[in-house]
Amino acid sequence: MSTVAEKRGFLAVLWDYLTTVDHKKIAILYLVSGGFFFLVGGIEAMLIRIQLAVPDNDFVSAGFYNELLTMHGTTMIFLAAMPLLFAFMNAVVPLQIGARDVAFPFLNSLGFWLFFFGGIFLNLSWFLGGAPDAGWTSYASLSIASDGHGIDFYVLGLQISGAGTLIAGINFLVTIINMRAPGMTYMRMPLFTWSTFVASALILFAFPPLTVGLFLMLFDRMFGANFFDVTMGGNTIIWEHLFWIFGHPEVYILILPAFGIFSDIISTFSKKRLFGYAAMVFATVLIGFLGFMVWAHHMFTTGLGPTANAIFAVATMAIAVPTGVKIFNWLLTMWGGSIRFTTPMLYAVAFIPSFVAGGVTGVMLASAPADYQYHDSYFVVAHFHYVIIGGVVLGLLAGTHFYWPKMFGTMLNETLGKITFWLFLIGFHGTFFIQHFLGLMGMPRRIWKYLPNQGLDLFNMISTVGAFFMAVAVIVLLANVIITQVKNVRVGNDPWGDGRTLEWAISSPPPYYNFKQLPLVRGLDPLWIEKMEGRTEMTPAEPLGDIHMPNSSFIPFVMSLGLFIAAFGAMYQIDWRASDGADYVWSLPVLIIGMGITIGSMAVRSLKDDHGYHIHKEELMDDHDKGGRE
Amino acid sequence: MAHETTSANPKVNYEYRRRKARDEMRGQVTSFAMMIFMTFIAFIIVLADFDKFYAFPILLVLAAAQVVLQLYYFMHMSHKGHGTAALFLYSGALIAFVTILTFLTIVWW
Repeated sequence: MSTVAEKRGFLAVLWDYLTTVDHKKIAILYLVSGGFFFLVGGIEAMLIRIQLAVPDNDFVSAGFYNELLTMHGTTMIFLAAMPLLFAFMNAVVPLQIGARDVAFPFLNSLGFWLFFFGGIFLNLSWFLGGAPDAGWTSYASLSIASDGHGIDFYVLGLQISGAGTLIAGINFLVTIINMRAPGMTYMRMPLFTWSTFVASALILFAFPPLTVGLFLMLFDRMFGANFFDVTMGGNTIIWEHLFWIFGHPEVYILILPAFGIFSDIISTFSKKRLFGYAAMVFATVLIGFLGFMVWAHHMFTTGLGPTANAIFAVATMAIAVPTGVKIFNWLLTMWGGSIRFTTPMLYAVAFIPSFVAGGVTGVMLASAPADYQYHDSYFVVAHFHYVIIGGVVLGLLAGTHFYWPKMFGTMLNETLGKITFWLFLIGFHGTFFIQHFLGLMGMPRRIWKYLPNQGLDLFNMISTVGAFFMAVAVIVLLANVIITQVKNVRVGNDPWGDGRTLEWAISSPPPYYNFKQLPLVRGLDPLWIEKMEGRTEMTPAEPLGDIHMPNSSFIPFVMSLGLFIAAFGAMYQIDWRASDGADYVWSLPVLIIGMGITIGSMAVRSLKDDHGYHIHKEELMDDHDKGGRE
Repeated sequence: MAHETTSANPKVNYEYRRRKARDEMRGQVTSFAMMIFMTFIAFIIVLADFDKFYAFPILLVLAAAQVVLQLYYFMHMSHKGHGTAALFLYSGALIAFVTILTFLTIVWW
């Protein structure tokens, strides 16, 4: 049954990944596809910055620029940041809580494939008549009026990938509630697990409003409904509310797991228990909770009235309190610690001031009267890039270096890692710090070009130069990945040497069944406790026994593929109806066939029992150094 | 005293389970009666043509009480081990409430 040390052909490996339900392999799928979309979104960003580098530039056309900025935002949020976080959640959380897999391995795979096909569908818009062009927020008054199929790609693509995200979120909730190892109480869970838990709860509550909003938009655009059309008695503001009821929790869905990654990194490389663990947990939960009470601060200028503006302004500022608690706890974790400045730790240290800068501008924006000045200016662009790059992307890069050995069994080169870090950090601040001032000087957000000699020329050029630094940093990181994987120097359980949590008690990468025997957790930082008592391994909590494993399945792929096909039919039936059945006659059959594939594969899954298989005790006793104990 | 039990577990305390089942049944019957009674009141309020100012709040309160009884007695949320489910249920209800409140006050004003 052993899957390691077997030379297999490319097709066999491909088939393995297409059908896998193993959380470690799904993590790699998320990492690769999230990384791909990160590069796509990055190229879009570079094109935006090249267009804005000099005044009155004609590098791209106005319409194409709108598509670029829309797809940059949508891709980075939905198709890069979230899947990359899911990559680390999948790779690490089951290990951190001492589980053999997530609660629903089949759904884990389904969640990934839905996200993947949704993302591909969205990006095919580039080749099929133009990408969405109404901004990543796709405000209804713009998007209802948008010609072509761009917005239809947005609506259908996000609907499909959103379903995948919702499935993944629910899966992590159930996993963390039900699958913790003996002794792993809630208040012994590592912070990354805690923040995954809270972020998954936010996904559970935040994605349904997006689904509803997208459905209303879908009916407006594809079936002649008028939910958002003011001239027909609709209300365009409803989209904004639904979008931001989802959208604000969404940014916490992104930042909380990054907080979790940093908490674990800071504690590991300070060789100290996380300062104020209980306060950290409480702050995480509170941020998640408050995240739902503040969405209207994105809409201060829509005319909600002073009362509503005041309520949402105060609620928004309140979030600074738990966030401040977390900042101080990180500082105090480092205080007096024996700090090692490895690459992940560098990211963690740089993250604190970068994120605080983004937080401070956040509080400035939360002040409703002042927001009338900042609104839709580059100040806002600077703010959210400070929180999203300074928080989430630094977290993802830190996590990539920190968890790489656990995911792939090799160690990324530290020197190249530090070069990546410095290039990226300098580039990031170079690009976005100056945009605060561009915004205050009056440069509007999402603008295609600006006139020369208005005081915007130099700062925009500096900003573009900064963006190139970030691009070079990403290229160095890619080179680092390739060099590391080609050299293929294998590492042991705990390559950083100071691992505190359960994932470092198991080999890198872990065997497909994870823990041979579930570990006994005796406190916070369970591996550290064992190390302090002179042991190198966890004490098992159960005798060696048969392990029940799920079977691989191709059904999730087919199920998602069906929706992908159906989406084309749903979209082109607009043209079919518009042409009175003359053109696009294939659209309705394609819709029906696609839905048939999905529903058929659901039926197969429901009607055909799949009990999985057992790894027998005898086989486990033969395998020696593959994690756990005998 | 070897009672016939449906469980293979020898530790099952038959008397205890019997008592629990009786208490459970009493709770279910009581709440069922209350629910019928509340439904009856609701119909009377509408039939008697009460002023809307009174009728709407009373109907909403009765509906809320029905939901609680349904959840706690018929869907067993009063039992142990439902804390997490209850937490998520109430969080969801709160978020839905805030959303509806906002729509009623500042969207459809």
